[in-house]
Amino acid sequence: MSKRERPWIMRTYAGHSTAEKSNALFRTNLGKGQTGLSVAFDLPTQTGYDPDHPLARGEVGKVGVPVSHLGDMRALFDALPLEKMNTSMTINATAPWLLALYVAVAEERGVDPAALAGTTQNDLVKEYLSRGTYIFPPAQSLRLTADLIVYTVKHIPRWNPINICSYHLQEAGATPAQELAYALVTAIAVLDAVRARGLTQAELGEVVGRLSFFVNAGIRFVDELCKMRAFVSLWDRITRERYGVEDAEQRRFRYGVQVNSLGLTEQQPENNILRIVLEMLSVTLSRRARARAVQLPAWNEALGLPRPWDQQWSLRAQQILAYETDLLEHEDLFDGSVVVEARVRALEEEAWREIETVLTRGGAIAAVENGYIKQQLVTANAVRLGAIERGEQTVVGLNAYRESEPSPLTRDLDGAILVVDPGVERERVEALAAWRAARDEGAAQAALAALRAALVAGENVMPPSIAAARAGVTTGEWAGVLRALFGEYRAPTGVAGVRATGDAAQPAVRERLRAELERLTAQLGRRPKLLVGKPGLDGHSNGAEQIAIKARDVGFEVVYEGIRVTPAQLVTSALEEGVHLVGLSILSGSHLQIVPEIVAALRAAGVAAPVIVGGIIPPADADVLRAHGVARVYTPKDFALDTIMADLVALVAARADAAGAEA
Amino acid sequence: MDPSLDALAARVATGEKRAVARALDLAEDRRAAGRARLAALLAALARAGGHDAHRVGITGPPGAGKSTLVAALARVLRARGSTVGVLAVDPSSVRSGGALLGDRARMGFDPGDDGLFVRSAATGGEAGGLNFAAHALVAVLAAAYDVVLVETTGVGQTETDVERIVDTVALVVQPGSGDTLQFLKAGVMEIPDVLVVNKADEVALAARAEADLRSALGSLRGAGVAAHEVAVLLTSARDRTGIEEVADALTAHRVALGAEGLAARRREGTVASTVALLLRRHGERGLERLGGLAEVRARAADEARRGLSDVAIAVDLGAPLEG
Repeated sequence: MSKRERPWIMRTYAGHSTAEKSNALFRTNLGKGQTGLSVAFDLPTQTGYDPDHPLARGEVGKVGVPVSHLGDMRALFDALPLEKMNTSMTINATAPWLLALYVAVAEERGVDPAALAGTTQNDLVKEYLSRGTYIFPPAQSLRLTADLIVYTVKHIPRWNPINICSYHLQEAGATPAQELAYALVTAIAVLDAVRARGLTQAELGEVVGRLSFFVNAGIRFVDELCKMRAFVSLWDRITRERYGVEDAEQRRFRYGVQVNSLGLTEQQPENNILRIVLEMLSVTLSRRARARAVQLPAWNEALGLPRPWDQQWSLRAQQILAYETDLLEHEDLFDGSVVVEARVRALEEEAWREIETVLTRGGAIAAVENGYIKQQLVTANAVRLGAIERGEQTVVGLNAYRESEPSPLTRDLDGAILVVDPGVERERVEALAAWRAARDEGAAQAALAALRAALVAGENVMPPSIAAARAGVTTGEWAGVLRALFGEYRAPTGVAGVRATGDAAQPAVRERLRAELERLTAQLGRRPKLLVGKPGLDGHSNGAEQIAIKARDVGFEVVYEGIRVTPAQLVTSALEEGVHLVGLSILSGSHLQIVPEIVAALRAAGVAAPVIVGGIIPPADADVLRAHGVARVYTPKDFALDTIMADLVALVAARADAAGAEA
Repeated sequence: MDPSLDALAARVATGEKRAVARALDLAEDRRAAGRARLAALLAALARAGGHDAHRVGITGPPGAGKSTLVAALARVLRARGSTVGVLAVDPSSVRSGGALLGDRARMGFDPGDDGLFVRSAATGGEAGGLNFAAHALVAVLAAAYDVVLVETTGVGQTETDVERIVDTVALVVQPGSGDTLQFLKAGVMEIPDVLVVNKADEVALAARAEADLRSALGSLRGAGVAAHEVAVLLTSARDRTGIEEVADALTAHRVALGAEGLAARRREGTVASTVALLLRRHGERGLERLGGLAEVRARAADEARRGLSDVAIAVDLGAPLEG
């Protein structure tokens, strides 16, 4: 038996409402034995808007903490010793800005930035592919990413400047080999860009040594375990062969994990804690491929925002594995396992082929711009969902073993999730106005001008951003300068190129739906047309994409708007396109603010088409939405797309019949 | 004469979005009763004397950057004070008849702009890369706006289809697209009125593509094909360069056509669309029973000269075949 290994860093992804409330939450979590912080920012902060921007409506403080300026960052880390913290920030498009605020707070407190330790996610490729909080075009995003990396390697050497995420690729449907391949081509794109800045080989080695990954672990936990081992060997090969890194320590694959949220079910949600534990095993059992930091989702995430108790339960699971069991006393458990080694090799080979495919097509950035990777992911997800719908992939409680005793955990469902006080948004808007009124306006404007000038001159974004943080500039103002300079980007949706998966869940059902659509087409005189849109700032588009593809496959004409559309855009599209049905997808919890506004605007514009909504929507909220005229509300438990399609067809038919009866 | 259609036509002529959307719905109506009503609407639109848009087709192979160019052109035209209607045509699924229509949000237009209207349509399984109702859809938009941009996908012969519904055809290619060049040289593809080499930010490739196109046009001229007036332009939708020049070239083409040339071209388009509509409803045998293709074309040309729409002519000529 070897010396007991030090356990991984245990984190809980946390933050909501306000900086003050989140600070209290951080302190509570640290008091419970959590060993690192993982900050969740709200969507306006992630996409570079202040709380008073029209697009921020309904989103302030929802999925994370709003940080609009230096004052918010001070409050967020109030009384927490920054030099001792290991702080992970899930922040991407605005990563340079949030790091600048963090540095400015440290300096105010007399903490040397060189002492700061933590992580900025700073991976835009997966934002274009899955998560959706990108702002700028890929080339400019890559420039900002490289700026932050080059800056931290020189000035904040203990900082992990980028956390390349395969996590969201799996959430978007990636197979294990795709997850390996697309995360690694992302790393290659980033390292190529950094190397082009003229770093010495020694500095490049430092960068490679600081680069970390953020990985997903799904329920097929043996395969996932093998995937982690494949990551280790492939990364070693790439850093050695492509970047000439000699130091084995620098070549080590360093990764944190959030285990899978995609497979968590709304039905019998208590089972999710068991899924979470099994998934945790795949990233901890291998000593040679063990995660450096683990954060677990909560059992009730498919229902709504988890409460502190829910998060505590997940933290306790980690502590039991690390401190009660004998896992950390052993050397690698799988060295010499014929089965594991064969599976690892197969994954390595499959992933390597896909890496070469992407590289010959111009690399990760080109494969984002031309939609290649997105299309692969959307296709893989359609295959996965089809397998669940057909029952080929068992999900307990969802498509098998569905009978259940009443669960005491969900007896009071509306009390079983966290609800953010809707008053937070107004309060933040007022606080922002007070901040602007109190600052030295001349200094703030001068700092913004200096930021712009530095960017035009091709200088690193970090120093002028830190100066702007000190001068009281706001998140929206900082991003505004960059928006004006770089422009905004809309990534390819990837749906148009996806072929029908062919193997429908139930061919008979599909044929019946197609026949019904033909009948409707004859009755209406034209083919039923569906508008699918994602209003709000939430960029998780997997659900909307799958609905769009499925609707096309049963015979709808589908106008898919992609993410982050404003209510005004949706209304204009619905009006100009003459649609028969409007589908909205919202996962950020802002549905109560956004949906009634859109329904009212549609009716005011003379669009009578029924509106359906999909998202993480608690039953009480669903009632409210229906009271506002929403025809149907779908949640994660509605996994059978055929059933949803039958509903949509019936909605159009009911209206067509009613119109026919009038005429 | 249906007074409600005259009222609708009057509202379309003022560019009222709700009316334009309703008229487009009618234009897509495939029912027999719908065709008759559409013929009446098109006549009402002609009477209403709204706009008489310059109709422009933007075509080219997938990936050439047509959508980005259409968006950039629409912006330039709006900045010049013209109102713009856009018709974006995407293919339908052969299996289900369904379609995923272009990501219009990617065009990034201001939803509050009353002078800009975007409609997506599917080919509906028609050969030739156009919606069967495309001619009528364009007619509706043309009555409401100053310029109509029709974006259609396809390579090879399908370009001839867009020609029959617009006044000016712009073909967009990207550097290194050898196929298009071959189609042009071989005479498989009709010669467009404006040639745009997009993605000219790839400077060397773009220069070569431009040189290739000019030499291809030169050899066609040498062979006696009328290719004199074709403008070849370089654009970068990414860098937003060359767009103004494309807008100028499109206008210059319409001016060069002259009133007579434009009228003749539209009549020819109406005849071709009429034949397509008749073929669709009655098939080859139907056409034979009407006296054959030449006879039908001649009669359609007569009616087109009287200012009738393709839909009206097709309803009229096809009447003996309706049970």
